[in-house]
Amino acid sequence: MSKLSPLSQLLEAALFAANRPLTLDELEGLEPDAAAAEVRTALDELREHYDFDGHAIEIAELAGGYQILTRAVFAMAVERAQAFQRQPRLSAATLETLATIAYRQPVGRAEIEEIRGVNAGGVLRTLQERGLIEVVGRGEALGRPLLYGTTALFLETLGLNDLADLPRAEELTIALQPHRAEADEGDDTALASVEEG
Amino acid sequence: MTTALESETGDLAGSTGFVVALDGFTGPLDLLLHLVREEQIDIADIPVARIADQFLAAIHAFGLNQAADYLEMAGRLIRLKVQLLLPRHGDDGEWIDPRAELVRRLLEYQQIKEIARELARLAERRALRHGRGYLPPPPDLPPVPLTVDLVELLIAVERVVMAIPQPVLHRVITRPLDVEGAVWRIQALLAERNEFDWRAAFGPKPTMVEVLSTLLALLELARRGVCRVRQVTPFAPLVIAREQALPALATA
Repeated sequence: MSKLSPLSQLLEAALFAANRPLTLDELEGLEPDAAAAEVRTALDELREHYDFDGHAIEIAELAGGYQILTRAVFAMAVERAQAFQRQPRLSAATLETLATIAYRQPVGRAEIEEIRGVNAGGVLRTLQERGLIEVVGRGEALGRPLLYGTTALFLETLGLNDLADLPRAEELTIALQPHRAEADEGDDTALASVEEG
Repeated sequence: MTTALESETGDLAGSTGFVVALDGFTGPLDLLLHLVREEQIDIADIPVARIADQFLAAIHAFGLNQAADYLEMAGRLIRLKVQLLLPRHGDDGEWIDPRAELVRRLLEYQQIKEIARELARLAERRALRHGRGYLPPPPDLPPVPLTVDLVELLIAVERVVMAIPQPVLHRVITRPLDVEGAVWRIQALLAERNEFDWRAAFGPKPTMVEVLSTLLALLELARRGVCRVRQVTPFAPLVIAREQALPALATA
């Protein structure tokens, strides 16, 4: 059993007490004398301590921050001990919409509906209410449509640190192509000409 | 092709339409993809006529003919079918496969479905690891309807009551005035003397009640004409005198 450095202990206390990911900035602010690199080293020390000295918790990097989480193998025990009620799972339609937004953001409702072939109003509202997406701006197209993007809670919910960690971003050829932004209107006219041809 | 435009305006109006989720199909593209898979055919080379017929049969079977999203796709498929039946004019060089757009959308949608499954797996894996108190930050829910329990209500009432300035309260004690007794005393004095200082009508240490009783008795007797009341100068003691017309010991 290694003994943690004072800085690691301080970080451990802060992370232990926090119920959300703490950013590196926040952690650095706790010890003004410590340089950013020292904080990072201390975090690594803490992570290794948990990973190699037999602990049921781990340091997770979520939504650009650090959080202590229990390990997945103890999920049942934790849930029983706390009479924890799991959030209802997202429906297939909701997940598809979420996936579209995650990989295409910022994206308008029309584009989401074009990709999925169905009205997306109700699903968008559900996702907004659950805090997984938010309005990030307005598009240039007719009617200045609302543009949606994912939130930090989305990353936390999926256990991701950054949008770049989304799976298979490089493999996805069609759906991920950012050609959509300027091709929105052009697309429709192209299709119209095909249909009339 | 005005779907995009219509949904934009729909967005502005805040309308949502209705969402049909049936037998696990999340939309017409989902159903179409399912049919293509069942037929084990290449997405890029869809036999439109056959798939269109199956699609129509499926939405009839599901009773989905009210769902605009599915109907729109059905219309598109029929149109595509007709286009492919028409003889081609001129060179094949300019010919664009009318199915291209549909194929692109199907491939795109297929990818979205795969990503959605991956996201679901990620979310499940994450859900197994718990943070402290494992409460995710609360989403921005619309304000809940107001609920108040009895205790909160009583506390609120108390706060309001506390804010009301304390009223000045007086305790009222009834002290009967003995006007009759005073009348008797004055008449007794009048029987002895023609005139006397009114202070003689009460004892050496009169109470407020005695003074008031005497004053009222005096006024009463003066009203009846039994005595006269004089005051020589302002604030001087009252002088009570027997009414001349009346003889002494006249009983009222």
